[in-house]
Amino acid sequence: MHSAKRREFLRAATAAAALGGPGLQALLWSKEAAAQIGDTLTIAYNVAPPSWDPNTGPSSVSPGLSSIYRSIFDPYVVQREDLSLAPGVCDQFAWSGDKSAITMRTRKGATWHDGRPITPADIAWNLNRLSTLPAPLQSIFASIKNIKVAGDNVSFDVTPWRANMLERLTFLGCYLIPPHHYEKVGKEGFEKAPMGSGPYMIEQFERGSFLRLKANKNYWGGAPAFDTVVFKFATDAATRIAEIERGSSDVAVDMPWEEFDRLKTKSGLTGVSHPTTDIAMIFLHNIGVMADPNVRKAAVHAIDKKLICDRIQRGYAKPIDTLLAPEYKGYDASITTPYDPKLAAELLAKSGFSRDKPVEFTIQTTRGYKPKDYETVQAIVEMWRRVGIKANIEVYEIAKHFELRTQHKLAPAAFYNWGNSTADPESSLGSAMFSKSPHTSWKGGEVDAALSALFVEKDEAKRMAGYKALNKTIADNAYVLPLFQFYQPVVWKSALSFKPHLAGFIQPQAIGRAGK
Amino acid sequence: MTPAYVLRRLLLAIPTLFGVAVVVFVLLRVVPGDPIAMMVPGEATPDDIARLREAYGLDKSIPVQFVLYLAQVVQGNFGTSISLKQDVLGLVLGRLPATLELACVAIALSVVCGVLLALSATYWRGTWVENAVDGVNSVALAIPEFLWAMLLILAFAVLVPVFPISGRIDPVRAVSFASQFYLLEALATGKFALARELLSHLALPAIALSLPLIAVIARVLKSSLQEVMVQDYILLARVKGFSDTRILTREALPNALLPTITVTGVHFIFLVGGTVLVELIFSYPGIGNMLFGAASNRDLPLIQGVTLVFALLFVLLNLLIDLTYAVVNPRMRQH
Repeated sequence: MHSAKRREFLRAATAAAALGGPGLQALLWSKEAAAQIGDTLTIAYNVAPPSWDPNTGPSSVSPGLSSIYRSIFDPYVVQREDLSLAPGVCDQFAWSGDKSAITMRTRKGATWHDGRPITPADIAWNLNRLSTLPAPLQSIFASIKNIKVAGDNVSFDVTPWRANMLERLTFLGCYLIPPHHYEKVGKEGFEKAPMGSGPYMIEQFERGSFLRLKANKNYWGGAPAFDTVVFKFATDAATRIAEIERGSSDVAVDMPWEEFDRLKTKSGLTGVSHPTTDIAMIFLHNIGVMADPNVRKAAVHAIDKKLICDRIQRGYAKPIDTLLAPEYKGYDASITTPYDPKLAAELLAKSGFSRDKPVEFTIQTTRGYKPKDYETVQAIVEMWRRVGIKANIEVYEIAKHFELRTQHKLAPAAFYNWGNSTADPESSLGSAMFSKSPHTSWKGGEVDAALSALFVEKDEAKRMAGYKALNKTIADNAYVLPLFQFYQPVVWKSALSFKPHLAGFIQPQAIGRAGK
Repeated sequence: MTPAYVLRRLLLAIPTLFGVAVVVFVLLRVVPGDPIAMMVPGEATPDDIARLREAYGLDKSIPVQFVLYLAQVVQGNFGTSISLKQDVLGLVLGRLPATLELACVAIALSVVCGVLLALSATYWRGTWVENAVDGVNSVALAIPEFLWAMLLILAFAVLVPVFPISGRIDPVRAVSFASQFYLLEALATGKFALARELLSHLALPAIALSLPLIAVIARVLKSSLQEVMVQDYILLARVKGFSDTRILTREALPNALLPTITVTGVHFIFLVGGTVLVELIFSYPGIGNMLFGAASNRDLPLIQGVTLVFALLFVLLNLLIDLTYAVVNPRMRQH
């Protein structure tokens, strides 16, 4: 119909630029402005709380939610960044002389968010709830019995005995909630108006979008550094990266290593990648060829874990040879399973296998559930191939892994991770290798017998010696294949200071202004 | 399009929804993934698992579970979410307005831009403008919404930060709403500054969703316009001395719109269902974002609830499209 004259177009474009230029300039990003820290701390976080009762349902067993719950709710006992125990709302805590009971003293001056004091009766109420509530960990906390209040002290028996009960009271599902408020508003009411005693109080919660917290100025641990904290829920890593890069968030967690390397070099940003209590491992299931100890040991010695950590995890992982990371109690650095492909080939030859006649089995793995999980398994399969193991990779969703594991139907090898923020060997070695546990792949009488004895051993020195010995047995016989300790990448604005926590918590109360 | 016809269409929705309920219910229990297995940590015992399975009603057979579920649904009870521990219907209806607002802004953008592109391509037919429009359409169609989302974040939220990256509203702003229709409420109550902010949060996700639909609308409408422009009544209009602009917009466009309405309606339905990835990338708190979380956690009641509500929405949208078509096309009013 019409011919578009170039002159008309250029006139229109120039006019648009002249009009829009100043407006655009006003909107242009200022690096200086983006690097500022005000009274509000904004964290781009990868997990959103599904529920505000931190002690029941899936919420109570999600380590990723701990960062948020610990901002609002106090556990009974505090866990420092190095996983050691410290006074919390219970400012004194100890086992009885015969280790049959625990006594905890309620801190004077600690209050709930509405200002009411936290009383020993409140602690007792919470312990009773913990031990009787139908929750995923009820079988553990059902050991809490005969709860008594005497003055400021609350004591309870631990029957059946659990060695790491005190450590457990810092961890999943062990948050204090105010009984007077909960009983008044009920379960549904608590979801709408949660209350705790932590350093922050909930101001506004937009499900799936953000959580805004305001400082609890009367917190027993001292008023926190920031008046307001915002957790922006960004499930997608690209969104978290965009948030920190633009400056609209002050801290961002969990991103691909390549992005972490890029971001930490940017002016105005600082990054740290620190080891956590999460480890990568391969469950071995003693079925088929995996029942052969030569095959298992060969599989272990054929893997160059350092290469995997350096190349695939870009140096952000630490090789381990047992299920106990260096920070755990009972860790023994002398237990090693060195990379030795020659030995691996010799072991396989004893069972009649070689590169020309490889042993064959399936290895299952997720893809994208943990950083570079699939790529790690690909590298392992290639290392195995060179010694005479032919492994077929089967990719599945994490939901399928859980289902197969509880049914004891995992393949002979299955890649997974295991977290243990108590740092006690019972929570990793004990749970991962005890065949009566729904989470065990290995079925072995020798291990079960040893663990059954350790579960009831009250002498701590003997218990640790027992776990060390069992650890060695497991390593020598290759009942499981530990790989490496995961690191956690955190990037923050350089105007902040941040203390990494071994358990991977990103707690606003651990973030301050740099230089203060 | 009589009231009886509308009522008949609404009644036909019941067997449709029943079919959807059966299929989803059975499929969810057949596909891999046990919500209880996903929930329990390493230290849990088989007793813990059995206890939780009983608590969530998952210990019964699938037919029994379905009968119990159906009995609840007909009473308006969609069950309780396993992961969120709240009433499913309440959760879904709480998040649906956000998705509807996003979808409506996206569709409005699609229609306006698509129509403008089609009109431009027709007005300047045979010139570089038409070629440019065709090129833009091809690119917009070739790139999926989630990729557009990431490109838009990079371009307009990071490199030249004009728009916010995530969320529905600035989390630092302390504001409360009476309903979940934030934008509608802000406009209705005259809070235009707030409405501007809400629109700025909607901009990038809406653009990401609308780009492929803009291309579809532009192509279909351009094609329709070209057919209409060679009709006799258009020639008559030219003979009468009407301007090209008037011929295009007042004579040709109304008749060319009919096929576009049908296509737009169908794509609107896909757009609502396709918000999952875009909402996830922009952390937009809509129903798509919630569905992703529900699927990841194998939250069976929540997945079922969202699916049923989506199915009902689609039935209603289909009816709305047919009614709109009848209003625009006088010939359809007689049927």
